[in-house]
Amino acid sequence: MYRSQVLVCGGTGCTSSHSKEIREAFESQIRDKGLDQEVKVVQTGCFGLCALGPIVIVYPEGCFYSRVKEEDVAEIVEEHLLKGRIVKRLVYDETVAEEGHIKSLNETNFYKKQKRVALRNCGVINPEVIDEYIAMDGYQALGKVLTEMTPQEVIQVVKDSGLRGRGGGGFSTGLKWSLAAANEADQKYVCCNADEGDPGAFMDRSVLEGDPHAVLEAMAIAGYAIGASQGYVYVRAEYPIAVHRLQVAIEQAKDYGLLGKNIFGTGFDFDVEVRLGAGAFVCGEETALMTSIEGNRGEPRPRPPYPALKGLFQKPTILNNVETYANIPQIILNGAEWFASMGTEKSKGTKVFALGGKIHNTGLVEIPMGTTLREIIEEIGGGIPGGKKFKAAQTGGPSGGCIPASLIDTPIDYDNLIAIGSMMGSGGLIVMDEDNCMVDIAKFFLEFTVDESCGKCTPCRVGTKRLLELLNKITKGNGTMEDLDKLEELCYYIKENALCGLGQTAPNPVLSTLRYFKDEYIAHVQDKTCPAGVCKSMLKYSINDDKCKRCSLCTRVCPTGAIEGTVKNPHKINTEKCIKCGACKDACKFGAIEIH
Amino acid sequence: MKKRKSTLPFAGTKEQEAQLMTVIDEHRGDPGALMPVMQKAQDIYGYLPMEVQSMIAKGLGTSIEKVYGVATFYSQFALTPKGRYTISVCLGTACYVKGAQKLVDAITKSLGIGPDECTEDGLFSLEACRCIGACGLAPVMTINDEVYGRLTEKDIDGILAKYKA
Repeated sequence: MYRSQVLVCGGTGCTSSHSKEIREAFESQIRDKGLDQEVKVVQTGCFGLCALGPIVIVYPEGCFYSRVKEEDVAEIVEEHLLKGRIVKRLVYDETVAEEGHIKSLNETNFYKKQKRVALRNCGVINPEVIDEYIAMDGYQALGKVLTEMTPQEVIQVVKDSGLRGRGGGGFSTGLKWSLAAANEADQKYVCCNADEGDPGAFMDRSVLEGDPHAVLEAMAIAGYAIGASQGYVYVRAEYPIAVHRLQVAIEQAKDYGLLGKNIFGTGFDFDVEVRLGAGAFVCGEETALMTSIEGNRGEPRPRPPYPALKGLFQKPTILNNVETYANIPQIILNGAEWFASMGTEKSKGTKVFALGGKIHNTGLVEIPMGTTLREIIEEIGGGIPGGKKFKAAQTGGPSGGCIPASLIDTPIDYDNLIAIGSMMGSGGLIVMDEDNCMVDIAKFFLEFTVDESCGKCTPCRVGTKRLLELLNKITKGNGTMEDLDKLEELCYYIKENALCGLGQTAPNPVLSTLRYFKDEYIAHVQDKTCPAGVCKSMLKYSINDDKCKRCSLCTRVCPTGAIEGTVKNPHKINTEKCIKCGACKDACKFGAIEIH
Repeated sequence: MKKRKSTLPFAGTKEQEAQLMTVIDEHRGDPGALMPVMQKAQDIYGYLPMEVQSMIAKGLGTSIEKVYGVATFYSQFALTPKGRYTISVCLGTACYVKGAQKLVDAITKSLGIGPDECTEDGLFSLEACRCIGACGLAPVMTINDEVYGRLTEKDIDGILAKYKA
């Protein structure tokens, strides 16, 4: 027994700010002090509050140290672990009560409204030690399924729970399984989509990094339910930590006989192999993902035939997303009613979001379906930094849309998001403030789609390119009102005619910004201005003579010599020479450079 | 996405070729072996010049057209050699709204290279990548395996100087 445990976050965010070195410093200093029999250092998955990383939590106090540096370790070891005095200056201030004692993390605004199901082990166990997962009831669901339930019963439980695919579309998981189970074949496959291509989303990565066994256990359960003996996890190669932990987990599960031949002595065989993606967004689409595992260019195939009939290697296949799988063992152990008691009428359970952009508490949050955007942004997220105004939230990545401030009280679930022109997507939630130009954001996503379009079908390959050209024209100040109509018409054409889900949803960022921020488009077209001050070619720099102290610093930093004026004489910007680089604005100490 | 082919002469060694052959032997006959083999080949050579692609095609008994098709489809396969230090600026949404484009501009200004280009001395190459998942640290860039977060364009010159030394 250890009297104290030091949990150090080993997620990608904290690892990027040197949490590995911090963990090693703890280990060596604890050893030096002769405390290594009393204090244990544990590397865990993501705690969620990435904005405050690197994070260290010391139990039994539950003391939450934030933004820890390697130099701070000595103080924590000396004061806290040796003398029992909490290092107050490093403690997350929200966890310190007025009387000075430490509050539970669950009482902080960030964690209070969260409900952790898919993330329940993230930040709690060491993902590289299978015994810790087993101690949290791990592999119990698999045991229950194999020894007490028929495949039909398993599918029924998943159906009754109301679980819908967490990768974006929201198709019923139980129904998907039952379709694949109904098709007879000599070989079937269970695939896991961990190709989290949506830029700004890191939910699946965090689950794989923090709780890889939950995904493996769920895949084995799915294998039993549909009659498959082989699984593939298709994971992004950009996620080295996730790939490593997944491979460690597979090895350990095999050693324990929880994967492989004759699992639990029941005669059920199931094996999992990891396949690395190579950076193609379209491979998040199910048929493209399977084509890629087969070793080809990852182009989508027309459906039907659906993967439940002809999927990977032309055999019946199910493909679910990482977060979907992470829910399965809990549903089996706690029952369908338990899961269905959370969420809204048609969207059960919880959803993990990666909260990012212009928000205080960037990180990973898991909330019951039906939580409003306002609760997520203002309470959990802690609002917008710098006193700026909330403008929009983007969900669903390049397939989704922007939700304006007027709809901030919308309860988040699959159907509500679609009704307001966005979509759940895999769970990226990017917050934007008044400094973000919505036309520019639409352009950003279209640049992405044009880059990532696989080129198989014309509506997507050519259509998205034409959309981007129109957006470029508008942001350069050359757009006409006619262009806005053309833009909208082309969007609907692409939606109706593209081959795969990605092409069909590619116009969503344009459509939703046109719907809610048309005035910004019109400002670009008619007034030739960018209200947010982002679109460079529309900006005009000028000097506010009242604020200018005539120091001539700006004339010296200007790379093109566009600013006329000498010390003690008025300064003026020659707009024909100005390249709008912003060097003068950065240099001016009096805020005299204004942008219109 | 268009990819440029390398115009530099191929400089693979016998050892590298032997390593590649071992990889090919290990994977021969596996379903869908092509991509894992290409990924390992890129680890061995650093990029996938036509010479390496043709060795893979021959070794796996498939056509060079198919290998080339796969190499040009996925953004991670490089047909041109990279610099000693690969600078990769994240242009995912979270980084973009926090000003990642300004980082790219600052690097371009400092090194004189745009995305997918390499400096003449072979020291730096620049690429724009899509989300490395460290959104809490946005905006982020990586230089080889080192991650730099919460950046502003003012940090760029100082960071690059470390690698020039």
